[in-house]
Amino acid sequence: MAVDNISFQVEKGSFFSLLGPSGCGKTTTLRMIAGFEEPTSGELYVGGELMSGVPPFRRPTNLIFQHLALFPHMNVYENISFGLRMSKTPTDEIRKDVTEILDVVHLSGLEKRRIKELSGGQQQRVAIARALVNQPTVLLLDEPLGPLDLKLREEMVVELKRIQREVGTTFVYVTHDQGEALAMSNKIAVMNGGRIEQIGAAAEIYERPSSPFVASFIGRSNIMKGRYVDGEVFVDGLGRIKISSEMDNGSSVLVSVKPENISLGRELTELDNTFKATVRDAYFQGANTSYKVELENGFALSVLVQNVHGMELFGQDEHVKVGWNREGSVAMAL
Amino acid sequence: MKKESGAKAIPLGLIRKRKRLPVLVNLTPSLVWYVLFFGIPVGLMFVYSFWKQVYVRIIPIFTLENYVAFFTIPMYPLLLVKSLMMAVGVTLASIALAYPAAYYLALRIKKHKYMLMLILWGPFWTSYLLIVLAWKLILGYNGALNSLLIYLGLIKEPLTALVYSPFATILALVHIWAPWLAFPIFVSLEKMDKSLLEAAADLGATPRQAFLRVTLPLSMPGVLVAVLFVFIPVVGEFVTPSLIGGPGGIMFGNVIENLFHRGTNWPMGSAFSFVMLVVVMVTAILLIRRIGLQALMESL
Repeated sequence: MAVDNISFQVEKGSFFSLLGPSGCGKTTTLRMIAGFEEPTSGELYVGGELMSGVPPFRRPTNLIFQHLALFPHMNVYENISFGLRMSKTPTDEIRKDVTEILDVVHLSGLEKRRIKELSGGQQQRVAIARALVNQPTVLLLDEPLGPLDLKLREEMVVELKRIQREVGTTFVYVTHDQGEALAMSNKIAVMNGGRIEQIGAAAEIYERPSSPFVASFIGRSNIMKGRYVDGEVFVDGLGRIKISSEMDNGSSVLVSVKPENISLGRELTELDNTFKATVRDAYFQGANTSYKVELENGFALSVLVQNVHGMELFGQDEHVKVGWNREGSVAMAL
Repeated sequence: MKKESGAKAIPLGLIRKRKRLPVLVNLTPSLVWYVLFFGIPVGLMFVYSFWKQVYVRIIPIFTLENYVAFFTIPMYPLLLVKSLMMAVGVTLASIALAYPAAYYLALRIKKHKYMLMLILWGPFWTSYLLIVLAWKLILGYNGALNSLLIYLGLIKEPLTALVYSPFATILALVHIWAPWLAFPIFVSLEKMDKSLLEAAADLGATPRQAFLRVTLPLSMPGVLVAVLFVFIPVVGEFVTPSLIGGPGGIMFGNVIENLFHRGTNWPMGSAFSFVMLVVVMVTAILLIRRIGLQALMESL
């Protein structure tokens, strides 16, 4: 079973992401909304209309395919106008709508180009225009940025968000890339194994993961497993750490600490949890430096330090201190 | 890119020589074959077509007589036109049969489709002559079809117009060629990105619209390859019409065969062959230009 017992609502005009690793059921979910797969049970409503038994060509949704699926035997104009021609829209109206949408996706003047003659980014835009010109109730996007190189992908993230704001259409976006999802979404549903693990705003999902899976999937968290006793967690191989939430005494808990919530320096003061550590690796990344450190008892941690002006950089085998406040960690019952 | 970086170590001239040699080695057998058995005979025929024959002697003097004969004796152009029409008929009927089969196998069937395609080729593995002779038995005066029609009470007397007619020729040729035709169409449908059909449906195209706007145009290169494969040989057919075509089913190929074989007027036969060659080539070029040679070759 690809998807099991999922339920969610997407607010009109919002940017909603289904985020998860490959095989988590996010694409199946999207294809069910588009009508290419029928759910075996349950109901699906688009714009308040029940979609059971409605074939894809009668649904008020449009899908942007992972590999775009642009028609190779048609030029840009013919591709974009395809949907309108199918619905028998008058020619002058088609011309007006296509011209308008070409302007939105910044492709004006390329109407007569063959698809093969376009760059990857331009093909993306044609796919977006071809779907949006039909004014769908919901626009579905199936990892459309996957085939693009990193720089173009970053550009398109900004573009997609701008286009979504401009047209005000509801977007449901499927991706395995948390960066894309966090940057664009009003709300994110994190999926795993055919189920939804957590739904929430980007910051909420990032700061307050509700399950171990979400904690490890979003960002690179330091995950520690231990037993809760009186405001502290006894972590196997690390020792005692203070956390901010109240749990049942004696229960097994998982504590997640984001690398950027950990401080690193020669001396640290007034932190709830402080440990002596040795730098094992240091990757200078420009704006940040990413450290891999080893605590005295062998426990490994990832630390991300922002390189503000005058910041001291540490090299391999240097002795430092690392620490974090209890608010910088999230605890989950196991 | 890889080739360039590998070439840096050795002088460029050496590389070129080394590369050219295997190309020649690879091409030589087919080149020899092509020149010996196609280039030279066609060249010879071209020369012959401007000579003349008196009784059994071929006189090597330049003359346009043979070509003039073709255009001044109305029977010849008419027979060529008839051959072209029959070829068009065979091609259209074959496509009408082959396209649905290829479509069904390529897009509707998931399991065993390659096996089924192979089975569809069955008639093609049967001897050409056997197929034609089988139709002779089916369509003959005391044949299976006449017997069936009499048994059903639809006719009293056996129909004589069935065998030895253009109709019989077309029927046999369709039987022979239709399975062949399914293949290039199948390949072009197989190669089509299936998500294009989902995209069409998603954009509001009904299954019929999706077929007409997406599937059909994208399978056109395959259809065209099929057309060329069938149309060209059928225009020049002479075996099938001579076996079951009867007097009314004679094609232009029979005329040429007679000139070479029985009439032994090789120069005129050569000239007629060249007329047919030009007509077929012009047709082929016009068809290919609609799609483009590259797209055509890529669909094979």
